[in-house]
Amino acid sequence: MAKIQIPTPLRQYTNKRESIEIKASTVGDALSGLLAKHPDLRRHLYTEDGKLRAFVNVYLNDEDIRYLQKEATTIKDSDNISIVPSIAGGARQ
Amino acid sequence: MATITEVKRETATLSNDEILRYSRHLIMPEVGMEGQQKLKAARVLCIGAGGLGSPLALYLGAAGVGTLGLVDFDVVDYTNLQRQIIHTTADVGRKKLDSAADKLKAINPFLNIRPFETRLSSENALEIFADFDIIADGTDNFPTRYLVNDACVLTGKPNVYGSIFRFEGQASVFATKEGPCYRCLYPEPPPPGLVPSCAEGGVLGILPGLVGVMQATEVIKLILGQGEPLIGRLLLIDALAMKFRELKLRKNPDCPVCGTHPTVTRLIDYNQFCGIRGEEAPVTSNVPEMQVEELKQKLDAGEDIFVLDVREPHEYQICNIGGHLIPLGDLPKRVHELDSSREIVAHCRSGVRSAKAVDFLRQTGFRKVRNLAGGILAWADRVDPKMPKY
Repeated sequence: MAKIQIPTPLRQYTNKRESIEIKASTVGDALSGLLAKHPDLRRHLYTEDGKLRAFVNVYLNDEDIRYLQKEATTIKDSDNISIVPSIAGGARQ
Repeated sequence: MATITEVKRETATLSNDEILRYSRHLIMPEVGMEGQQKLKAARVLCIGAGGLGSPLALYLGAAGVGTLGLVDFDVVDYTNLQRQIIHTTADVGRKKLDSAADKLKAINPFLNIRPFETRLSSENALEIFADFDIIADGTDNFPTRYLVNDACVLTGKPNVYGSIFRFEGQASVFATKEGPCYRCLYPEPPPPGLVPSCAEGGVLGILPGLVGVMQATEVIKLILGQGEPLIGRLLLIDALAMKFRELKLRKNPDCPVCGTHPTVTRLIDYNQFCGIRGEEAPVTSNVPEMQVEELKQKLDAGEDIFVLDVREPHEYQICNIGGHLIPLGDLPKRVHELDSSREIVAHCRSGVRSAKAVDFLRQTGFRKVRNLAGGILAWADRVDPKMPKY
């Protein structure tokens, strides 16, 4: 089972879980599996026309899937998938 | 891996007092006399004198960075003190710039502090950046993040980046000649409202300390030309798990600002880019409201009014007015707990979330529902001064 790491801002949509294990053969399948379990995540990860949002990056281990085969990238059981959204916290400006 | 971006400045000489002060640096081969002179000659601009800016400026000042620019327009308030360690209780109400400059001068009188009491904007950024070698970004909003990034790319200055949310942080070095920029990582900002801000989401006080010190470390490494800077790497910090992970970043050849055929060749309107029209749109203006005095009157008179509190359970523990608690996020699935025939007033902390709740309930068919204007903060200000504010 590949492990998907959920970042803090999105944990409110996964019953506060930090990571979720999914059986899947590609990154896209793993994300679909995740959304099947936690449908509220969908609008945070995908646009209405089904594209991954530009402020959400998906990494397979330490590689950005944009530079692999995107959602078609194949995965192994020991792989770690990370969802890395942009965060802006700091000082008020 | 990326080569080191060295800040090239003519070296500055050190007085005997400075030599004594920096002796623990001078006896290290990685710094030494030459490195300390580079630090003294360096000019670093910190955007924001808040959570990240506090440790960043304190350490850079102590380390002997000769010229420290600070951009901030804010005033110290009590809620800052839990993490913004450059400011003290006695500074509440003072300008952050004045408060920060006092502490920095007290730590290191050899510093040249250059305060900019302004909101960084497309109109002033290039001019302010012109006098600095490295920019350290400690802001809390997307428009300024993109502005700082683009201005760094356009002026060819490294952007030492840090960002925090609750107990998670990110750090990297963007916009060096050979490395990726912030837009290579995130081509577009999230639409407003989809990602909670620190003010909404909270932040663990030590986290800006951790991340700000990492930014200071990267600034000093860039100045010294030592070590392996965080160029092309995004460091993810999870303070709860105390886990650090590193992701690879690539320079995107199609990046609109640093790519091979850039389409952004001057600063743009970043509020528009981030989908923000002027100041944050007041959602509250679209829904019917009730003032706290009216609610107090109705409750005292024993009228049948249902108080709905849409905050989170941990907020309810801080203070409450006895409302029925359904957090905003749970409202759609718990709407059956409400009786649409009764008069309902919804409240949260300041009135923003409850306005969304009222909007949602009205769309669902509730007619007698209003938003408590100003939330429990207004209640504490105008009805019950003993109630704590947060």
